[in-house]
Amino acid sequence: MDQIAFLEPRPAVLSRRREIVADLLDLLPEGCLVHEPRELVPFETDAFVSYRRLPLAVALPETTQQVAAVLKYCHRYGVPVVPRGAGTSLAGGAIPQEDAVVIGLSKMAQILEVDFANRTATVQAGVTNLAISDAVSADGYFYAPDPSSQLACTIGGNIGMNSGGAHCLKYGVTTNNLLGVKLVLIDGTIVDLGGKALDAGGLDLLGVVCGGEGQLGIVTEATVRLVARPEGARPVLFGFDSSEEAGACVADVIGAGIIPVAIEFMDKPAIEICEAFAQAGYPMDVEALLIVEVEGSEAEMDAMLASIIEIAGRHGVKVVKECQSATEAALIWKGRKSAFGATGRIADYICMDGTVPLSQLPHVLRGTAEIVAKHGLRVANVFHAGDGNMHPLILFNANDPDDAARAEAAGNEILKLCVDAGGCLTGEHGVGIEKRDLMRHQYSEADLAQQMAVRAAFDPQWLLNPSKVFPLEGRPAA
Amino acid sequence: MQTNFTAEQLADPHVATSEKILRKCVHCGFCTATCPTYVTLGNELDSPRGRIYLIKDMLENGRPADAEVVTHIDRCLSCLACTTTCPSGVDYMHLVDHARMHIEETYRRPFWNRLTRNILAATLPYPSRFRLALKAAALGRPFAGFFKRFKAFEPIGAMLDLAPKTLPKASASSKPGTYDAAGERRGRVAILSGCAQPVLKPGINEATIRLLTRLGVEVVAPAGEVCCGSLVHHMGREAQALEAARRNVDVWLAEVEKGGLDAIIITASGCGTTIKDYGFMLRLDPVYAGKAARVSALAKDVTEYLATLDLPQQEAKGLTVAYHSACSMQHGQKITMAPKTLLKKAGFTVRDPAEGHLCCGSAGTYNILQPEISAKLKARKVKNIEATKPDLIATGNIGCITQIATGTAVPILHTVELLDWAYGGEKPVAISNLATKMPA
Repeated sequence: MDQIAFLEPRPAVLSRRREIVADLLDLLPEGCLVHEPRELVPFETDAFVSYRRLPLAVALPETTQQVAAVLKYCHRYGVPVVPRGAGTSLAGGAIPQEDAVVIGLSKMAQILEVDFANRTATVQAGVTNLAISDAVSADGYFYAPDPSSQLACTIGGNIGMNSGGAHCLKYGVTTNNLLGVKLVLIDGTIVDLGGKALDAGGLDLLGVVCGGEGQLGIVTEATVRLVARPEGARPVLFGFDSSEEAGACVADVIGAGIIPVAIEFMDKPAIEICEAFAQAGYPMDVEALLIVEVEGSEAEMDAMLASIIEIAGRHGVKVVKECQSATEAALIWKGRKSAFGATGRIADYICMDGTVPLSQLPHVLRGTAEIVAKHGLRVANVFHAGDGNMHPLILFNANDPDDAARAEAAGNEILKLCVDAGGCLTGEHGVGIEKRDLMRHQYSEADLAQQMAVRAAFDPQWLLNPSKVFPLEGRPAA
Repeated sequence: MQTNFTAEQLADPHVATSEKILRKCVHCGFCTATCPTYVTLGNELDSPRGRIYLIKDMLENGRPADAEVVTHIDRCLSCLACTTTCPSGVDYMHLVDHARMHIEETYRRPFWNRLTRNILAATLPYPSRFRLALKAAALGRPFAGFFKRFKAFEPIGAMLDLAPKTLPKASASSKPGTYDAAGERRGRVAILSGCAQPVLKPGINEATIRLLTRLGVEVVAPAGEVCCGSLVHHMGREAQALEAARRNVDVWLAEVEKGGLDAIIITASGCGTTIKDYGFMLRLDPVYAGKAARVSALAKDVTEYLATLDLPQQEAKGLTVAYHSACSMQHGQKITMAPKTLLKKAGFTVRDPAEGHLCCGSAGTYNILQPEISAKLKARKVKNIEATKPDLIATGNIGCITQIATGTAVPILHTVELLDWAYGGEKPVAISNLATKMPA
């Protein structure tokens, strides 16, 4: 794959590589700078593995002060910087470039404070999403946004991409659960945005930074909202004869004002992939499956389920399977959350992230199937149906350049279809490198210019994650 | 993941296998989260995904191993937590095995590192040499601190720290022979005598033989058996490992010919993982491939076999056991429930310590070769175990027993020692002071 261009490396930076490495070695403790060429190779990509660029060096700071020192240095000498959490981005958000210093937050993985009185946790940016919930689960709390990669992805990366997850239908995405951050600006200034309260007054800069894709600064600490665990929770499986019926059922459930915690969709190929990995007991004789999770007291769950079953009946639901135990529930979610990785068992894939109005789900599902078939490829659909956030996984053979090019072309067409249906390019994975050149399909020049002006206000030289998000042409001059 | 090998490279069967493994990886990064060295060091180079990438780069370019790659591969515990986590089914074990062979073939280690590894490979697999070495180590113990002051000698300090103050007497159970079933015979099994374990804790196999014969199973300790080869296998010394494997295959299949075997019982899960892999290790040997696969199919952890005997529920003992699942048990052999179910049936209250997927840092010779990381993992493991407030700890691997015992005062036993007690044997000496608290 080579359709997407990166910025030309700055010759002035490349020619100073040796000095830059020497200076960074001085700024960081021992073992916190990777610079041997062979050791840089594993950092050349993230989970969008089709694209790869070697970085100049990888800094792994242990403190906010060290992050600030590296940023200040890079700012002074005009060295691009690419932030990296766990490198799980499906949009290439953490892919570096030849003249960039990667700042990896993986050594900053401490939970700093849990404050049950205020229902907050303050953590370093390298803490994984799931580690927050693990730290407070014994006390009956959890951190709500749950990207499928929550086992590995970091809160810093979640903030960068404003990540979602299965349970965001009820609880909202990262921005709805983020209260404050410690942010290091490109010149090394350390600022605190927000705090422990729901609103901090003044401009909502926290809202700007969340979803900033590492272009506005580097988050080193975050204060997030903790949510009390519900009395009970129960995932229920609904099997349908067609993807369109399942999609229409979702639209009707939400349209009736029923908001379960999660409504997840899997089509037949996805069911087969996930069942092979998790043995969760998904029904295998259906074309599409919805995992609907309800929560609350037994009575609440029963009442909500009854309404959903009634609506599903109108769409010819074939199987309704209630989960019988906590172990079974865990397996159902394990299968769903491992869907992308498990796809690796049968093929390489690229994962789309378009989001569409629910009424458009059947139309877009049909269109997706047509596009992929036209390119002679296969697709597996597994996504957050409740909020219309689609994830077609386009299957291809990475060792066949022609296959890869067709996969990329199909992906672009699917994303355009989502935008044309009234949706958007990305629901939770971010624009990264993957969707950058489609931004003009979604936004007018005026819209883009405003966004770029805000971005440039934080980083006038465009040093932070520079090849991402905004098309390379038409950027404001530094 | 895309790979880049020439047809010529793929003609090497080891490369061909590794290429298939690499193709399955989608670089999702899930494995990093459960990797003990990544959570300790916070550097992707010390994570499975990082190592996979380093190995891929080295093999694709047909390069000899270099100091950097060796550093990061050496830091891998081979705990295989990554393979439990991996959704796409990447066979990391065989990939890292290949990398270790490649390192052994193409890289010359610094003198002290080479010497330490040679000493380990020449001592540990041989019970008589190991016994002698431990006696010498007991004399050297006071100097452990001295050695640890020098980077190159750290492993010697670590070895001295691990050596027990006193050694149990040589046990009859490690001598070849047949132990008859009590009453009606319901099965016949061979038992792996092992190498380091009978020197350090002969009581484990003694308890196994007592328990199995009492349950009506004839137990054979065949003559001519050697160390399973796992130690040298993990050092990349494949010829030596395969030699051991072939020898054992011959010994066990001869025993099958003699009187039939329902299983080859293994009481150290580290050995179990390797013996279950004999079929793969010898796949390229036309004479042994089939035989080795038969042996691998017969290999059973002792708890795996006991679980088939349908033992009765015993009265509650009022003792809380923290069950530590060895990595080779839970990740290597995917045995997760059987030991706990057996302990519960035997009347113990069983607790799962937090972060049970993380290695204790023992990992064969890892605690000697990588003492710093190992010590951090041990401290983390002991903290998690002690948080369950156990009366005792049970586990199924001698390495973990030795490692954890040096970090806590809570007694640690092999699962089978507790089962032997629960089903008619004597109370283990290590917990003789522990009062059983019968429920009121």
